[in-house]
Amino acid sequence: MASTTTSVDNSPPGDERVKRAGMLRRTLRRPEAGALAGAIVIWLYFAFAAGSDFAGMNGTSLFLETASELGILTVAVTLLMIAGEFDLSVGSTMGAATMATGILATAFHLPLPIAMMFSLLIALGIGFFNGLLVVRTKLPSFIITLGSLFAVRGATIALSLAASGTSNVDALAQKIPDWTSIRPIFHSAFFSLERITERTSFTGEVTQVVSSTDFDVSILWWLALIVLATWLLLRTKFGNWVFAVGGDENAARNTGVPVNRVKIILFMGTAAAAWLLSQIQLFGIQSAAALRGDLQELYAISAAVIGGTLLTGGYGSVIGGALGALIYGMVRLGVPAAGIDSELFRVVLGALIIIAVLVNNFVRKQALGGK
Amino acid sequence: MKKFFSLALVLGIVVVTFAAIPAAAQDCATTYRIVVVTHGQASDPFWSVVSNGVADADAEYDCVTTEYQAPETFDMVAMSQLIDAAVASNPDGLIVSNPDPSALEESIKAAIAAGIPVISINSGSDVAAELGVIAHVGQTEYEAGFGGGQRFAAAGVTNALCVNQEVGNVALDLRCQGFADAMGEAGGTSKVLEVDLNDPTDTQNRVIAALGADESINGVFTLGPTGAVPVLEALRDEGLIGVVALATFDLSPEVLSAIQAGDMLFAIDQQQYTQGYLGVVYMYLYLSNLNTPGSIVVQTGPGFVTADTAGAVIEYSARGTR
Repeated sequence: MASTTTSVDNSPPGDERVKRAGMLRRTLRRPEAGALAGAIVIWLYFAFAAGSDFAGMNGTSLFLETASELGILTVAVTLLMIAGEFDLSVGSTMGAATMATGILATAFHLPLPIAMMFSLLIALGIGFFNGLLVVRTKLPSFIITLGSLFAVRGATIALSLAASGTSNVDALAQKIPDWTSIRPIFHSAFFSLERITERTSFTGEVTQVVSSTDFDVSILWWLALIVLATWLLLRTKFGNWVFAVGGDENAARNTGVPVNRVKIILFMGTAAAAWLLSQIQLFGIQSAAALRGDLQELYAISAAVIGGTLLTGGYGSVIGGALGALIYGMVRLGVPAAGIDSELFRVVLGALIIIAVLVNNFVRKQALGGK
Repeated sequence: MKKFFSLALVLGIVVVTFAAIPAAAQDCATTYRIVVVTHGQASDPFWSVVSNGVADADAEYDCVTTEYQAPETFDMVAMSQLIDAAVASNPDGLIVSNPDPSALEESIKAAIAAGIPVISINSGSDVAAELGVIAHVGQTEYEAGFGGGQRFAAAGVTNALCVNQEVGNVALDLRCQGFADAMGEAGGTSKVLEVDLNDPTDTQNRVIAALGADESINGVFTLGPTGAVPVLEALRDEGLIGVVALATFDLSPEVLSAIQAGDMLFAIDQQQYTQGYLGVVYMYLYLSNLNTPGSIVVQTGPGFVTADTAGAVIEYSARGTR
């Protein structure tokens, strides 16, 4: 199971060890096959159950926004998981990065770009520290980052309270001078459509409601990261190292792969993704809270797993993780759009994770079965 | 970087520790140590006002020192452990919030059995007498929700969402119940929408989805500012301000400016500053003079902040006392 996904079609014809696989089999071998099928089925289900509220332009813009936010995390988390490691601290890092920007720009009156830079440095520092501890102590990253999950969250709350007396900074647009000039980079619509609908207001008048369907810039961030990470993974030396480290760490080290450096970089990558998402949410909701990002680490791992990435490392794909995030977004939005009780969302997500892994395992076993 | 972090962490811990050591009180025959344990998450602006009330009462009364504690998330097991730890430290008085009476009953009863006088604040009014606390300072949740529902129905709302950002908090369930009953009495309906307190984008989008799924929804009732602010953004994005009515429990600067601007109908104000402040005062009077309030439940709400009164309240809210 632990090996690479690169195909071996470059051998000379007539080599009996190499067998050309059929089109279907080659498709099914890809880690994202199960997730793609799942995404199509789920889209069809909610398109049927919720109609245009889900499948229309507005519904699409909403589930893409939700998917893109988790997707940004998932891209980095997938790379790390392919290298055989976990990061449970991304949610806490989000809280730290949110509060760092919020407090530095308000209580300490730093210019917003500088505050955001400091916040990025703090996030990268957390990632570096996680990576360093993992490679130095040889403890499972599950344990190391479980520790930082609590420590970073606690330190965020304690330091926020000590520095500014609050763990929740709101009304940032009024408090920070260059807010509106930087905001569009992280939160704005890159494509809008005006919609006019009729709705009876609570005062009983039939009102023309003018609203816009906004495709948020977070979707572009997400797509850019997917392209970048896919290229990195499949077309560069670093990408080969990632698969090698996750496949067999000792073998990788023996063939000269700088295992420690790869791991530390990937941990810093998840932290940077956490920073990016925290800033997107910060600019979106215009307030910072120390508990922001709670549970996101588990949602990101879920999306990666739904996308076919193995928990043991060495196998997975960024596209698969992206499809996993898309499924998450569709279920998250589809449940209320279809009028299903909102409490059921987590039941559906839980079932999906288990089903996805079962299906992925089955499909892979069939496809990799040689014949 | 690593050094910087250890340094920052140590510094942080030192600062927090020093902040927690109460200033020495002077000229007191007895200094009363009062421990306050609430379920207020540190990141919730609502609870920082309660804790400011506690701190101000502490500063006002020389012969009182207070300690304020709360679990990091809405976790009744963690909270009951905090109460047990407080009881073990044998304080002169204990002040607790009681959002889940069945979960906290044992710990609170143990405190009373150990001879420590207990005052409950904020939530738990309906079990106060039965538990044997000397007073409850707060608002009755069901009635407050009912009052909100009546106002909503009077404004013309017939089909509402009750947005719950803290599922499992019995007090919040009661608010939604009271709200739904008042709506029902007026011939309307109400449905609960569960949202995640810590994921504002998701809250926003799910409210939009719910409003799209049922076009007849013409009101949203939120149970606190952490729910109200994302819903407000959602209604603004969708051009639904003035079409879908919005009201909330509890105040924050953003809620107040929205009410002033006419984007929200009203906020139900339970004046939580007085819950912290009066909780300490009643405990001090009990300890030093054996005074108890005339009725066991001291009502701090519901008051309604509307467009007429929001302006006056804003400056106090910015100060962290409303």
